Amino acid sequence: MRHRRSCRISRRFIRVWQRNLTVYRRTWKVNFLPPLLEPLLYLLAFGVGLSALVGSVPYRGEAVSYLVFIAPSLLAVNMMYNAFFETSYSSFVRMYYQKTFDAMLATPLNLEEIITGEIAWAATKALIGTVLMLLVISLFGLVRYPEGLLLLPLALLGGVAFGSIGMVFTSIVPNIETFNIPIFVFITPMFLFSGTFFPLENLPPWAGVLAQVLPLTHLVALARSCTMGDLHAGLLWNAAYLLAFCAIFFPLALVRMRRRLIK
Amino acid sequence: MDIRPPPRSDRPVVEVRDLVKRFGAFTAVDGISFSVRRGECFGLLGPNGAGKTTTVRMLYGYAPPSGGCLNLFGEALPESLRAAKYRIGVCQQEDNLDPDLPVGENLLVFGRYFDLSRSESRKRAGELLRFFGLENRASSGVRILSGGMMRRLVLARSLINHPDLLILDEPTTGLDPQSRHQVWQRLEELKAKGLTILLTSHYMEEAERLCDRLIIIDDGRILVEGAPRDLVREHVGREVVEIAGAAAQIRPELERRGLPFEDLGGRLIVYTENGEELLVHLARDFGPQGLTLRRAGLEDVFLRLTGRELRE
Repeated sequence: MRHRRSCRISRRFIRVWQRNLTVYRRTWKVNFLPPLLEPLLYLLAFGVGLSALVGSVPYRGEAVSYLVFIAPSLLAVNMMYNAFFETSYSSFVRMYYQKTFDAMLATPLNLEEIITGEIAWAATKALIGTVLMLLVISLFGLVRYPEGLLLLPLALLGGVAFGSIGMVFTSIVPNIETFNIPIFVFITPMFLFSGTFFPLENLPPWAGVLAQVLPLTHLVALARSCTMGDLHAGLLWNAAYLLAFCAIFFPLALVRMRRRLIK
Repeated sequence: MDIRPPPRSDRPVVEVRDLVKRFGAFTAVDGISFSVRRGECFGLLGPNGAGKTTTVRMLYGYAPPSGGCLNLFGEALPESLRAAKYRIGVCQQEDNLDPDLPVGENLLVFGRYFDLSRSESRKRAGELLRFFGLENRASSGVRILSGGMMRRLVLARSLINHPDLLILDEPTTGLDPQSRHQVWQRLEELKAKGLTILLTSHYMEEAERLCDRLIIIDDGRILVEGAPRDLVREHVGREVVEIAGAAAQIRPELERRGLPFEDLGGRLIVYTENGEELLVHLARDFGPQGLTLRRAGLEDVFLRLTGRELRE
């Protein structure tokens, strides 16, 4: 008998998303703290400490203050971290230690819905983090509205992108310690070299080209134009890149997780 | 605690034909066929690694079969898997309760997976917690529960969707005798209400007590099938005389009488229809020390058929 894959994804993935929301709501006070406090620490360190040294940075032919330059980076990095850590460490714990996926598989849910629900939740966490962080950053007048509201759909896009790649790593790593490798070779370099803390133009040309491969570069570029209210046609390239990234890594996560779990 | 009467149908609830599961070069399940009738408790017995868990996993779609046919509720898998899963309750071997949620929420969240409404889930969860003696634990964390309570909660969770078929994979492994008996009692009550149960176990006492029919499998193949009592009568007889101590002297006597026995070195196990007569004879000729007479049980059948070497 050939076992045909019953891998159609139905709306049931929302059940998995709801499960994660139920858990999140039980500890929401603790969960709300990092996105509220983290930007304060960064703004203090960079705004008060570093800003005095840096002064202003060039952005699309203009000089902008360093704080205006890095505020969107903090938002983009926060989207990446929220989504990536959710589908890497957290999903791995649910899959491997808690056997949560095994239990779900004995219900009408199929594996594709479980993984989709996890990635949807990762994107939701990116969105929640973005909303909370925006509240703080906006108080400092670092976000232009109404363009700043575009950060909300952007958080979902970035969340799906980094949630998917996190899930791909989860489908590969033999144990939880191995996540150190993708974090060291993928996440940390992105955090530093994606036009986050200094303009890409400061990099040697070859490194600037390399940076274009990194998804965070595109997320930062989009976030920056949202906070600065500077929407231009060049952003279509960034958005297209992230959409293509999702179109590759989301299905890949589904295929790889099936290969890992269904034997 | 109500069990919904399943829709009437003459088809067996579970039909398995020539089921095969291979993992690379290793064949875990090698052509198994059986069926489970409505309202019965059917046992899948075998030593560790016999293929019990692999078989039930194929039933709920966790492992796609390498060959053979699977029917649940008269419909073929995998096409009807989703519809079938709404009607199955599964109690997996490992405790995979959700440690991020308290006891009651574990049931409610599971109810959601089956598309139960919130009020329906709440009502059902309340009934189940009472049935399994967990009503005072609804808000406890799962991690602080005892092994017995966890198992009962897994059982309660597997019943949240009013299943027409309950699949239990080694439901009492690792439990103390008190908890085990409590679980058995609950399962008997469910059975009495007409629930169809498919059970895997390597506890013969459990199978004898709960199963109407069973198969014993080893190396992925069926060794025997039948009702527990019939299997005992057929394969070991009525009684067992165990001989410890004077085994060396008694062995020739048993051979002379042509009685089937097993030789475990210092210990002989004799299967016989009339144990009392044999016991009296042996006690007279060799002394009564180390002689025991007992009823034959499923464990004797199991050990005779699957051998006594350790399974790792």
